[in-house]
Amino acid sequence: MTDSKYFTTTKKGEIFELKAELNSDKKEKKKEAVKKVIASMTVGKDVSALFPDVVNCMQTDNLELKKLVYLYLMNYAKSQPDMAIMAVNTFVKDCEDPNPLIRALAVRTMGCIRVDKITEYLCEPLRKCLKDEDPYVRKTAAVCVAKLHDINAQLVEDQGFLDTLKDLISDSNPMVVANAVAALSEIAESHPSSNLLDLNPQSINKLLTALNECTEWGQIFILDCLANYTPKDDREAQSICERVTPRLSHANSAVVLSAVKVLMKFMEMLSKDLDYYGTLLKKLAPPLVTLLSAEPELQYVALRNINLIVQKRPEILKHEMKVFFVKYNDPIYVKLEKLDIMIRLASQANIAQVLAELKEYATEVDVDFVRKAVRAIGRCAIKVEQSAERCVSTLLDLIQTKVNYVVQEAIVVIKDIFRKYPNKYESVIATLCENLDSLDEPEARAAMIWIVGEYAERIDNADELLESFLEGFHDESTQVQLQLLTAIVKLFLKKPTETQELVQQVLSLATQDSDNPDLRDRGYIYWRLLSTDPVAAKEVVLAEKPLISEETDLIEPTLLDELICYIGTLASVYHKPPSAFVEGGRGVVHKSLPPRTASSESTESPETAPAGAPSSEQPDVIPTQGDLLGDLLNLDLGPPVSGPPLATSSVQMGAVDLLGGGLDSLMGDEPEGIGGPNFVAPPAAAVPANLGASMGSGLSDLFDLTSGVGTLSGSYVAPKAVWLPAMKAKGLEISGTFTRQVGSISMDLQLTNKALQVMTDFAIQFNRNSFGLAPAAPLQVHAPLSPNQTVEISLPLNTVGSVMKMEPLNNLQVAVKNNIDVFYFSTLYPLHILFVEDGKMDRQMFLATWKDIPNENEAQFQIRDCPLNAEAVSSRLQSSNIFTVAKRNVEGQDMLYQSLKLTNGIWVLAELRIQPSNPSFTLSLKCRAPEVSQHVYQAYETILKN
Amino acid sequence: MLTAPLSRPSGLSCRQGRKGEVHLQPGLLGSQAQEIQTRWRPSPCFGAGKRSPTKMIHSLFLINCSGDIFLEKHWKSVVSQSVCDYFFEAQEKAADVENVPPVISTPHHYLISIHRDRLFFVSVIQTEVPPLFVIEFLHRVADTFQDYFGECSEAAIKDNVVIVYELLEEMLDNGFPLATESNILKELIKPPTILRSVVNSITGSSNVGDTLPTGQLSNIPWRRAGVKYTNNEAYFDVVEEIDAIIDKSGSTVFAEIQGVIDACIKLSGMPDLSLSFMNPRLLDDVSFHPCIRFKRWESERVLSFIPPDGNFRLISYRVSSQNLVAIPVYVKHSISFKENSSCGRFDITIGPKQNMGKTIEGITVTVHMPKVVLNMNLTPTQGSYTFDPVTKVLTWDVGKITPQKLPSLKGLVNLQSGAPKPEENPSLNIQFKIQQLAISGLKVNRLDMYGEKYKPFKGVKYVTKAGKFQVRT
Repeated sequence: MTDSKYFTTTKKGEIFELKAELNSDKKEKKKEAVKKVIASMTVGKDVSALFPDVVNCMQTDNLELKKLVYLYLMNYAKSQPDMAIMAVNTFVKDCEDPNPLIRALAVRTMGCIRVDKITEYLCEPLRKCLKDEDPYVRKTAAVCVAKLHDINAQLVEDQGFLDTLKDLISDSNPMVVANAVAALSEIAESHPSSNLLDLNPQSINKLLTALNECTEWGQIFILDCLANYTPKDDREAQSICERVTPRLSHANSAVVLSAVKVLMKFMEMLSKDLDYYGTLLKKLAPPLVTLLSAEPELQYVALRNINLIVQKRPEILKHEMKVFFVKYNDPIYVKLEKLDIMIRLASQANIAQVLAELKEYATEVDVDFVRKAVRAIGRCAIKVEQSAERCVSTLLDLIQTKVNYVVQEAIVVIKDIFRKYPNKYESVIATLCENLDSLDEPEARAAMIWIVGEYAERIDNADELLESFLEGFHDESTQVQLQLLTAIVKLFLKKPTETQELVQQVLSLATQDSDNPDLRDRGYIYWRLLSTDPVAAKEVVLAEKPLISEETDLIEPTLLDELICYIGTLASVYHKPPSAFVEGGRGVVHKSLPPRTASSESTESPETAPAGAPSSEQPDVIPTQGDLLGDLLNLDLGPPVSGPPLATSSVQMGAVDLLGGGLDSLMGDEPEGIGGPNFVAPPAAAVPANLGASMGSGLSDLFDLTSGVGTLSGSYVAPKAVWLPAMKAKGLEISGTFTRQVGSISMDLQLTNKALQVMTDFAIQFNRNSFGLAPAAPLQVHAPLSPNQTVEISLPLNTVGSVMKMEPLNNLQVAVKNNIDVFYFSTLYPLHILFVEDGKMDRQMFLATWKDIPNENEAQFQIRDCPLNAEAVSSRLQSSNIFTVAKRNVEGQDMLYQSLKLTNGIWVLAELRIQPSNPSFTLSLKCRAPEVSQHVYQAYETILKN
Repeated sequence: MLTAPLSRPSGLSCRQGRKGEVHLQPGLLGSQAQEIQTRWRPSPCFGAGKRSPTKMIHSLFLINCSGDIFLEKHWKSVVSQSVCDYFFEAQEKAADVENVPPVISTPHHYLISIHRDRLFFVSVIQTEVPPLFVIEFLHRVADTFQDYFGECSEAAIKDNVVIVYELLEEMLDNGFPLATESNILKELIKPPTILRSVVNSITGSSNVGDTLPTGQLSNIPWRRAGVKYTNNEAYFDVVEEIDAIIDKSGSTVFAEIQGVIDACIKLSGMPDLSLSFMNPRLLDDVSFHPCIRFKRWESERVLSFIPPDGNFRLISYRVSSQNLVAIPVYVKHSISFKENSSCGRFDITIGPKQNMGKTIEGITVTVHMPKVVLNMNLTPTQGSYTFDPVTKVLTWDVGKITPQKLPSLKGLVNLQSGAPKPEENPSLNIQFKIQQLAISGLKVNRLDMYGEKYKPFKGVKYVTKAGKFQVRT
């Protein structure tokens, strides 16, 4: 009476027979027939032809039969959409069934039918089920929203299901909460920019409560969701960590690893001095070790993650070396991973143990593993300096075994040891040379040749050795040929007398008889060098080489930080960010570790929180990558057909027009276009505003001689801020500030290479911006930027670039390119860099203009806590090109009347009221373009307070 | 009339059209700028436009050891069987079936697989998922089959294919695990019994339960309501396995104890149990079944829980502190191969070490001999041995140790003539069992029951076994 009988029918008329049985009157026969159909389906047979007959069996009270028909429907509805419609009525009816099991089953099945026509009928029943009194139905419906979203996202949004789903996060039943989180996370994944999972301390609290009570799978969803949250300060981070820690004792390893992810991420925010930090470190070790006693598949994933954790925080597992010792019947993929971690954990304290183990492994059966073990010994030597000697002697022991592949690997790693510790272990060269004949792998041969060449002066028969290799030169691989060429040239430079013939032979082999361009080129270069300037050749060929370090096999710190955020995912198994391999990476959000924040510091804005915390000072102006890309793309998409933003702005309100008009004139070759009817500029403004005072015309000199002198010291310069964190730019960190000195604006940049590779080919470009700021010269970084190097550059700017009104006005979007990629960031520039030197207005003109500008354009601001007196204020402002036109004393208050002009010719008039007893000043600004007032006020603040 | 700059740096040409349109001319930064511009265009995302696929498991294939796909289940659209070719490829590459990597990437999917009872469970994944999640789930599926059919084999699965299909449907919905607790599943889908299948075939009733699984929504989802037994019993098995690596000289390289407490609870109603230990301080690295109240453990070191019905694993723990791990046996060994001769000597003796006065039984020694070994001619003082010349595995079934006469196995090894002497030294894998002893010294103090009136029958059993216990030679 088993089901295996269903597998035996393979007759040709099978479908026909089934059809007859499905239409039988007998219930029992029907059910048997459906079972047969399902069985055929499970082994991949096509039974879709029976669709109408199976659907006919759906209207039944028998739950098992119903389930079976549902199973069938899910499989084949897609291929039979018209037929599937027939099933809709039954679904709708089942959604109202008194039995919650049937309601849930119906809503679950409906969601799995991926037919557009049906989804419309689904909405009403789904809405009801989302509010069902039975939590079992609600939790099933929550998942159904995600399914529906996958089929028709627009429909889900229009129907308001997303909001209902968000409400379910506050449901009283933890399983419903967990499923709602799971559904929202899935939906959010296809909308990276949406803040569906808008987490705040309240919702976090709800999640943490549900975490304790829901099933293990629900816990994973909730933990993964928590990991995307950025706590506002270290206290919140700590309290979340405290509530997550119990999950480390869960029997399900996926729960454990998700909890580890949350803890590793939030730990970043905790100060290392906290007692709690130490406690947490201690708590993390046991669960990680426990993962290693699970099934080998779980071990593998755990080990890949531990590899990351060990690199990020070696202190967690530093005492647990032994659990990574390899057992001979571990699967090979587990063995190799364990070996890798052993090296990462190797330190002076445990090196003896590690070496003994590695030596043991080097005599194992599996060749791949043996090779890796031998390499590992070399890596230990490079990593732990004190152990180098012991490593070398271990390697020599291994060479004595004469096992071919062991010897070859040993020689390869000894070469690396020589590069790390030159002139220390050359005594072993003799032993190495004994094994010359057994080397048949290119890498080992190349390594040996390198050693001979490098130490030619100490090997008496170096020429003979190299000559022996030369015999079969053309049969060697490129790697060996190149190495041989270099080695012989080295030999020649060291012992020129005996080896002239040899070097000529190799040069001719490389240049005349070889098809390999690399080899030929290298041959010619050596030849030329040797024939023209042997001294230079010596300097080049025998140059001192940089020492190698163990860092070469570490993951780049910025990538590591990103990967820590992806603990437990495929990314952590592949050690690549998801953007590098997930298919259709729909705007994958780069995650980053939260910065360490003290409780008192301000919080990030909610939009940016899920994506990790930006370290920029102005988080609110950092546009999403997509927006910025779009904007910057406009730049090179050629001229828009008719109306660029500027043209449209000129027909808007007068103020904008003023801005535009001014800019036009600044840019324009044809001045007649300027000065629309509503632009009444004061006569003084007719003087052309020159950008460089040095190039100033006589007119401007006439206008105000003192202004140039006064600004020689330059205006206030803000300290450099980080504009582009290394995390977002593959290791390039950019910080900078803006300066204005003697009429010229510049952007002072500091570029730091935090990656492990050299950066070259820098270039910079700005997006269109409100004042047409643009680089006046290319970004000049003269030498390649090597890792950990910092370079300071002052980039001159002008204001003749393209103009587009930005929000906020002083927003500047920048693209920087290097050999790695193009990076985008945006920053706010202080407006005072745009205050020109000839911004002093005549008294009469000031009065007239002040009256002329309508009162609604006047803006009033308070400048608080400024201890300066009127004199000091005046002189300080003057150095930033804000000029005091007049000063009055009214009822004991000092009134300063000031003027300034922007690079695009906009005048701003100011009245500053200073009361001797009160450190707060009142600033009234009048300007025809009132939107600049706010920024001018900010400039006042900055100048006066610094 | 305002501010047209008098001079401009050369190389900058900003053209202005009649309508005031302003745009950047290339050449602003020379060729570099142009290079940026071309690179600024977003590269077409491969696979873009594709709908977002299922969050978790897309499809599952069950494959037997001869490489036949005998069952497939798709939770969304159908993925062709041909995707498994990548798996077969990997299988071919790996010499041993156990060496197939658990995560394989293919151009459009990821395959995450487990190997259980000579079957491969291969799941197809399309997006970034936690692989552990998938692996844990697959093991849970295998556990459920085991639980339902008594074994997780191709025959058992084929015999119950409809139940299998129903189970898979119940366990995963749209890639989200739905009901994975055996207690709940058994309420939804009744396990097959001989009696039931006979009754069903006569009465026409079905395996599918038609009531809502009660446990699924309560705060104790692992227990169903209305459990009734005439004999109320609670048994606990404390099982400890010693994992150890012993080096040539007999000293311990690494040793730890992996312990579990498995429970078999058949108690009526809603019993609330608390289990306490004589020496709970031993347990500092513990994984708990979700039923255990963590806070209570933290504060009082008492396991307090409402148990699931039936068999389940209550806790698993690890004791790693070297001085706590006693090594109950020692092995004296001498395996040598002579240079340039086709034979070698083999001699091992096993004796008791720290066995706490208990008998060590069920001893088996397994040795993977080097490839060049053709045959072995050995004499055991007790038990029997076999040598498989194909896999080169020597198995010696020793039985129990009697301290008066230590068991040994001696004799000659025949090597392939002419082949070089083997480089590697074989490791000895030892299995043994000690009844009525938890080697860590863990002892249950008492079990109390609250919430129900009856008096249950209670029992605790201890056993120590060898886990991965290896002796290097």
